[in-house]
Amino acid sequence: MPKDHGIGAAQKRREDVRFLTGAGQYTDDISVYGQTYCAFLRSDVAHGTIKSIDTSDAEAMPGVLRIFTGKDFEGIGGLPCGWQVTDKHGEPMKEPGHPVLAQGKVRHVGDPFAAVIAETLEEARDAAEAIVYDIEELPAVVNMKAALEEGAVKVHDDLSDNLCYDWQFGSDQADVDKAFAEAAHVTTLELVNNRLVANPMEPRVALGEYNRANDESTLYTTSQNPHVIRLLMGAFVLGIPEHKLRVVAPDVGGGFGTKIFHYAEEAFVTFASRQLNRPVKWTSTRSEAFMSDAHGRDHVTKIELALDAENNFTGLRTDTLANMGAYLSTFSSSIPTWLHGTLMAGNYKTPAIQVNVKAVFTNTVPVDAYRGAGRPEATFQLERLVDKAARELGVDPIALRRQNFIDSFPYATPVAVEYDTGDYVATMDKLEEMIDRQGFEARREESRKRGKLRGLGVNCYIEACGIAPSNLVGQLGARAGLYDAATVRVNATGSISVMVGAHSHGQGHETAFPQVVAEMLGIDESMIDIVHGDTSKIPFGMGTYGSRSLAVCGSAMVRATEKIINKAKKIASHLLEAAEADIELKDGQFTVAGTDKSVAWGDVTLAAYVPHNYPLEEIEPGLEETAFYDPSNFTYPSGAYACEVEVDPETGRVEILSFAAADDFGNVVNPMIVEGQVHGGIAQGIGQAMLENCVYDENGQLLSASYMDYAMPRAEDVPFFQVDHSCATPCTHNPLGVKGCGEAGAIGSPPAVVNAVLDALNAGGMTVDHIDMPLSPHRVWKAMQG
Amino acid sequence: MYSFEIESPVSVADAVAALGKEEAQALGGGQTLIPSLKARLAAPAVLVSLSKIDEIKGISAADGVLSIGGGATHASVAAEAGAYPALAALAANIGDPAVRNRGTIGGSLANNDPAACYPAAALASGATIVTNTREIAADDYFEGMFTTALEDGEIVTEVRFPIPEKAAYVKFEQPASRFALVGVFVAKYPDGVRVAVTGASEEGVFRWEEAEAALSGNFSASALDGLSLPAEGMMGDLHAAPDYRAHLVGVMTRRAVTAAQ
Repeated sequence: MPKDHGIGAAQKRREDVRFLTGAGQYTDDISVYGQTYCAFLRSDVAHGTIKSIDTSDAEAMPGVLRIFTGKDFEGIGGLPCGWQVTDKHGEPMKEPGHPVLAQGKVRHVGDPFAAVIAETLEEARDAAEAIVYDIEELPAVVNMKAALEEGAVKVHDDLSDNLCYDWQFGSDQADVDKAFAEAAHVTTLELVNNRLVANPMEPRVALGEYNRANDESTLYTTSQNPHVIRLLMGAFVLGIPEHKLRVVAPDVGGGFGTKIFHYAEEAFVTFASRQLNRPVKWTSTRSEAFMSDAHGRDHVTKIELALDAENNFTGLRTDTLANMGAYLSTFSSSIPTWLHGTLMAGNYKTPAIQVNVKAVFTNTVPVDAYRGAGRPEATFQLERLVDKAARELGVDPIALRRQNFIDSFPYATPVAVEYDTGDYVATMDKLEEMIDRQGFEARREESRKRGKLRGLGVNCYIEACGIAPSNLVGQLGARAGLYDAATVRVNATGSISVMVGAHSHGQGHETAFPQVVAEMLGIDESMIDIVHGDTSKIPFGMGTYGSRSLAVCGSAMVRATEKIINKAKKIASHLLEAAEADIELKDGQFTVAGTDKSVAWGDVTLAAYVPHNYPLEEIEPGLEETAFYDPSNFTYPSGAYACEVEVDPETGRVEILSFAAADDFGNVVNPMIVEGQVHGGIAQGIGQAMLENCVYDENGQLLSASYMDYAMPRAEDVPFFQVDHSCATPCTHNPLGVKGCGEAGAIGSPPAVVNAVLDALNAGGMTVDHIDMPLSPHRVWKAMQG
Repeated sequence: MYSFEIESPVSVADAVAALGKEEAQALGGGQTLIPSLKARLAAPAVLVSLSKIDEIKGISAADGVLSIGGGATHASVAAEAGAYPALAALAANIGDPAVRNRGTIGGSLANNDPAACYPAAALASGATIVTNTREIAADDYFEGMFTTALEDGEIVTEVRFPIPEKAAYVKFEQPASRFALVGVFVAKYPDGVRVAVTGASEEGVFRWEEAEAALSGNFSASALDGLSLPAEGMMGDLHAAPDYRAHLVGVMTRRAVTAAQ
């Protein structure tokens, strides 16, 4: 019988009660006494010199309290980048300034250069429109190749060019050259990883409040990691010490990476609230979100695979241009390097791998992590390339993958990481069983009779999650530690509040985390609540991204709970007048081993807080423990995905008929939540593969600036998913043996979709090597025309 | 959104009077106008809501003509236009339920979005657009994208559709907006076949007369063999180049003819 309690139970998400009944408390739901409203004036050109800004008419308008421009931020810090990448010559990356409000120049459509504070939102917007300004439009640089050409327009005048860094990584050059020189076959592919807009359902919001009585600032913000924001904004931008700055991220309606970063609007409302001594609120419109939320992906890559005469992979090299946009967003520099290059081995024992990445400044919105962050880009290149190699060699794409699978662990890749566990054969076996591969040709024939082209696409993936070992990432340029923290506060009558550094914005922590503690203590989940999202309540944790919450913060919670158990056993041994070593904890009872003497969990917790009969000379009263956990390695979830499609040869329209995912997430705490995470990830992956595309024109105007032109996946665009996580090889280095599941679906699904469409076309008699995502009907039709 | 006054008359006469005010604008279901207002792209001083005028909401069929009040929502057309199944089906597939429950046929025809569905139905059916002052034949009504024969202050009170022997509308959706990337309405009448295309042309909805001639002689998809439209004059955007739209017009027309059998 499936468990209904503790680790492994498919408990329904308790947070859904409030989300589904309208009782969620999002940042925009928070209004405070004396609140004012902020409207930003944003550049409508991609690149321009600010000649003048005249705010005098606007300042005289009703309700206007103050108008700020870049001048007000002279002498105040800019938005920092959290990761310094070192280029292949040993030089640090170029790091241009990123002022809170543009100074001198605007560098992308949406770059804010003035802001109005008024009594009402409409008054603020009216006044923003009344600001008279002269911005002399300059030629914009949008295309990355053009941006790197000699004499290209420079995004930042104080930099020598638009190249942020030229990074190289992996095996020795000689080994890679040798693999290609001796190759029996080389497969080459050039592809684009399309730029995406994250589009969380809740747009960004920031509310800054200053308390003159104690000189404290509070920022309510839509963030995945309130402590990161407190650190960056307090220390690097506004110079507010941590004890005078509280950051609250309440319910957050989806993040997908784009709410990791410290944004100008957060610093602005905090700054302005101190200047005005009034709370200042900003709520992004959807239009603003398109032009100010950090975008994702946007890589252009050439990748080559060397194979020997037996079709073994012998070498891999890849050259990528990665778009940084106009400024370096918080973690932008690390995405195409350490979160991308380190994944290029994939599931394969390719002995020689070289990764080159040039990061490029352009007059576009900054680009940073989006669900998967670097790992989808790596997976897409590699899994498209392997499929192309199979087609060129006339071999079965699954067999070619199997032949080259890494099959013993731990496995040290040529790209720095060491996979602790995995079983790629098992997940591929499971996948083939799920998709009835044997029956595919019959299904293809059935489609053909209806005039449709059916295709099957498969891919594998590997990701590095549980981000991250601080000492390692420190060597790689991270300017922060990437541990997490948890405090387990047991109350007198035995209920528990667990204060965690991880932030839940769709991941279901409020349900899954108590399952772990309940399992360890043998008590009911209803006695345990998770507290997160407020730096004044939780220990200093680094938040939620990189599928890290359970692997890192969950581990901290386990460690803190272990401390609780140790102390509770001491108390129990005193109450039971037995040796501590003889005390056993089971089902919420402390028992003296081999006897029927026991005390209940609640007796022990009460004794801790009412210590009348208590070993005060040995231990302190109370029952509250904190643990910080820094992982010793990444975790390596992996899996095999398959997609079956039907292409309408007359229109190029693709219908996704089925999608199957066989994942290895290690141990699973709540299978229902895990399945939901995979569903959401695949939906976003299908969105990237089929629909989503952020497009600028040559002048840097954002063409896909609303849902009229930016296509989001809808329920009808995705099939019912088949998901399985039974092929579990537990992580070896964290206490729960968990690997993380949040990004897998988005990482693993795009290549399967594209491989399926190409299979359909090629099996239908066309020769099509590649189509860039999204596979819109128009693009597929064009490819079919040859 | 800028501030505006709103009036909600309950008769066409009162609505016409209200529209006589300075910078007044009629508000049908608001599915285009409200987003424009929210984006501060429109700034009427007075909005005259037509949604409380019951006399323009009726749907009835008599003597081979389906009459639909200009204020009828897409959802009510979908539910009540059974006398003209192809039209009911078209209405049932406009936008999403929220759009269908607010948006009106009169609003859609007055706006004449080049990718809207109703203009194709009206033109292919040879409908008559009735206003508070006159009756306009569909062939004279559509004057290019977002442009119609309507005068300022004129309200679409009714649309009269002659009910065809056979008809079908086939829409190929733009992936983001789900408006028609190309939509083709084919209607067969005793005196001939009419084919109207939406979503494709830079001139807005249009009749494909070559196809009409071919289909009037032989109402089957094979009658269209060898017929195609030039890419020139077709819209090109993020989602489709002109040649693809021209190609899709052919495919969708054949499918509409097949569906109409």
